[in-house]
Amino acid sequence: MTPETEEELSALIAGAEGPLRIVGGDTRPVGKPVAGETLSTAALSGIVNYEPGALTLVAKAGTPVAEVERALAAEGQRLPFEPMDHRGLLGTQGEPTIGGVVAANVSGPRRIQAGACRDFLLGVRFVDGMGRVLKNGGRVMKNVTGYDLVKLMAGSRGTLGVLTEVSFKVLPEPASAVTLILNSNDELQAVAAMTAALRSPFEVTGAAHIGGKTRLRIEGFAESVAYRAKALADHLSGFGQVEVVDAPDAVAALWREVRDVEPFHLADGDVWRYSVKPSDGPALALGLREKGARDVILDWGGGLLWCLAPNGADMRPEGLNGHATLVRASEETRAKLPVFQPEAALIQKVSQGLRDKFDPRGILNPGLMG
Amino acid sequence: MEMPTPDPKVLAKKPQLVERLLQVLPEDAVIHEEAETRAYECDALTAYRCPPLVAVLPANTQEVSDVLRICHEFDVPVVPRGSGTSLAGGALPTADSVILGVSRMSEVLEVDYDNRFIRVQSGRTNLSVSGAVEEQDFFYAPDPSSQLACAIAGNVAMNSGGAHCLKYGVTTNNLLGVTMVMMDGEVVEIGGAHLDSGGYDLLGLICGSEGQLGVVTEAALRILRKPEGARPVLMGYDSNEVAGQVVSDIIKAGVLPVAIEFMDRPCIRATEAFAGAGYPDCEALLIVEVEGSDAEIDEQLGLILQIARKHNPVELRESGSAEESAKIWLGRKSAFGAMGQINDYMCLDGTIPVSQLPYVLRRIGEMSKDYGLDVGNVFHAGDGNMHPLILFDANKPGDLEKCEAFGADILRLCVEVGGCLTGEHGVGIEKRDLMVDQFAPDDLDIQMAVKDVFDPAWLLNPAKVFPLAASSGRRAA
Repeated sequence: MTPETEEELSALIAGAEGPLRIVGGDTRPVGKPVAGETLSTAALSGIVNYEPGALTLVAKAGTPVAEVERALAAEGQRLPFEPMDHRGLLGTQGEPTIGGVVAANVSGPRRIQAGACRDFLLGVRFVDGMGRVLKNGGRVMKNVTGYDLVKLMAGSRGTLGVLTEVSFKVLPEPASAVTLILNSNDELQAVAAMTAALRSPFEVTGAAHIGGKTRLRIEGFAESVAYRAKALADHLSGFGQVEVVDAPDAVAALWREVRDVEPFHLADGDVWRYSVKPSDGPALALGLREKGARDVILDWGGGLLWCLAPNGADMRPEGLNGHATLVRASEETRAKLPVFQPEAALIQKVSQGLRDKFDPRGILNPGLMG
Repeated sequence: MEMPTPDPKVLAKKPQLVERLLQVLPEDAVIHEEAETRAYECDALTAYRCPPLVAVLPANTQEVSDVLRICHEFDVPVVPRGSGTSLAGGALPTADSVILGVSRMSEVLEVDYDNRFIRVQSGRTNLSVSGAVEEQDFFYAPDPSSQLACAIAGNVAMNSGGAHCLKYGVTTNNLLGVTMVMMDGEVVEIGGAHLDSGGYDLLGLICGSEGQLGVVTEAALRILRKPEGARPVLMGYDSNEVAGQVVSDIIKAGVLPVAIEFMDRPCIRATEAFAGAGYPDCEALLIVEVEGSDAEIDEQLGLILQIARKHNPVELRESGSAEESAKIWLGRKSAFGAMGQINDYMCLDGTIPVSQLPYVLRRIGEMSKDYGLDVGNVFHAGDGNMHPLILFDANKPGDLEKCEAFGADILRLCVEVGGCLTGEHGVGIEKRDLMVDQFAPDDLDIQMAVKDVFDPAWLLNPAKVFPLAASSGRRAA
């Protein structure tokens, strides 16, 4: 089913008799497999309002991410949270939608400095499990009118409602960007270097460790970037030789590689993702290798780990203080292992309580999040 | 402003309630003598007052949990209170409620520079959070103007903003985790030092829920390295339209100032008379501040001044020293005091799309004439968060009511042009009845359904946020 209007979507949901599998472009099938009739928001498409002078953009949920990014680029602006494109990693086809980005709260390397998708999401319209058309938030940057259901909808993966429209705060695209590259022997040294960089006043907008190299990104006006890159290189002189990459295409490629976890695209194995306190990153990486991990990539200064693991292996460490997510695996493995970190009983109770209110019949992506 | 009639059954339980509370709290933490409960009769929305049944001052999460468990058992409403600086009546008690004040919970629990966060008890004041990390050149970004007094608990409850949101975001963007006590006394940990949990964003849901979902006792906050420096520039224009255009042009040029502040003529005149900051007598005044190293500031200000000059400013003043910077900020920072010197005032905080600025200011001017009440505008222009200050005389019968009607009209105008009722102060009781102007019945129902999940008996701060008529069935249940 591919409704073309909000009203049509509302009627479809109100009249649904069984479970629905909610998708945007269907490029990010993360979570427990859902058995149900597919309902796509792809036909709810188009930019509704874009005011470059106010840094705000409103788009229908099915609008391709590429279309949003093109419109922003034409005005020298961008989505600050650098959403990942999951297609390469998950081997999916199709057109990623802006609603899908919101539903999965997808952010990239810049999350460490700028914030996540949910931090830039200003408003939503959605249809709940009873077919009611609802709105929350709006298109202004400061809004504390009523409860913030905008944050709740971000990352709820279609289990609380089907998004029809989303609005964002956007930011200027900086004129210039460079990447500093250091050789780090191991994750411990890499996180030490990234921590030193992130503790500095030089506004690092990316800190990742991939293929034995540590990457640090600085963005802004050209002179400012040159100044900060030099200052940061001096600041990190204790960590060895610093290589500077400043060609725009090369810098973009380096961070696309991190953002989309490119080294794992063609590699055989399951892919796990962990969100932890950055200083816990090195110990977690070590523990994962002991469990048989084939490769580990660090982002967010050590707070985000991507792990390439043997197929079907349970890679959840004992007593993990953070969140493990099984991002890529066979349907069989995803049905067998918890895809998301099991939560405390009280949180589970509240989460189920919310689902019961937003979707009393349990028809929206049932079971996907628990 | 209507409040629910106190429940006589609850009032009658006071002796037993006090006795039970004294079993879990020290004697000086249970305030129940009428002369003393009066200290908690209002917050910064002083037009409305009502002493609570009892006020309690727990010192830690366990004591908060004990208090809530008892109140839950007694079926007594609880009104959480940070420092009582809410301008929206968020901490206004009812006669049958227990005020739960967090002022005794002000400890720093953990500072972790490597992971860039601080964990504090929620009664700690906003400014003293920054104070605790200053020695390492770090700070906590959200800076509401009450930051000297206001507590983190209140900041989380109202999702407080400040002058520097354009760059750093508001509370919700700087909150990593909370320890929260549910109404039944259960303690829950949400979020933590890591980013983005896998489940629902309950942290985002709690932030800004005005103390209606739980009582936050501890918070993990993101701390940032201070920029190397900051410098403001002041510009004056002969029309609001032009000043609005300058704001838009600066943003479109790719500069992201940390603050863009706007004052209109009535406000400029009032602050000049009060603080003598040497502001030009013009229609609209902008203060734009940028951050970075000296060279970076020069680069950004160069671009900003170029834009500013294109629009024929009546005045353009750069700062050449810390003293000059302070002087540029002086008038802005004294604006509320200056208006208060003239008369009583009511401060609104609706937000509008930046492009609607000139239209909204013109309409406010027209309404000011219709109502016969003066209004000054001072606000965060970069994010569209307005602060109209309506002057009235509290001693003049009918003036407060007239002022409230004028305020409501301004807020409806904000909604009409695509904005919202409140950008950073919260709904509280003040804007409760205007919620129907922004939300359809279903939009309000789904929000109230969220409260049903966290607090099924509707005991936490029940008479706030939602119009009483809309919440009456739930509150009685």
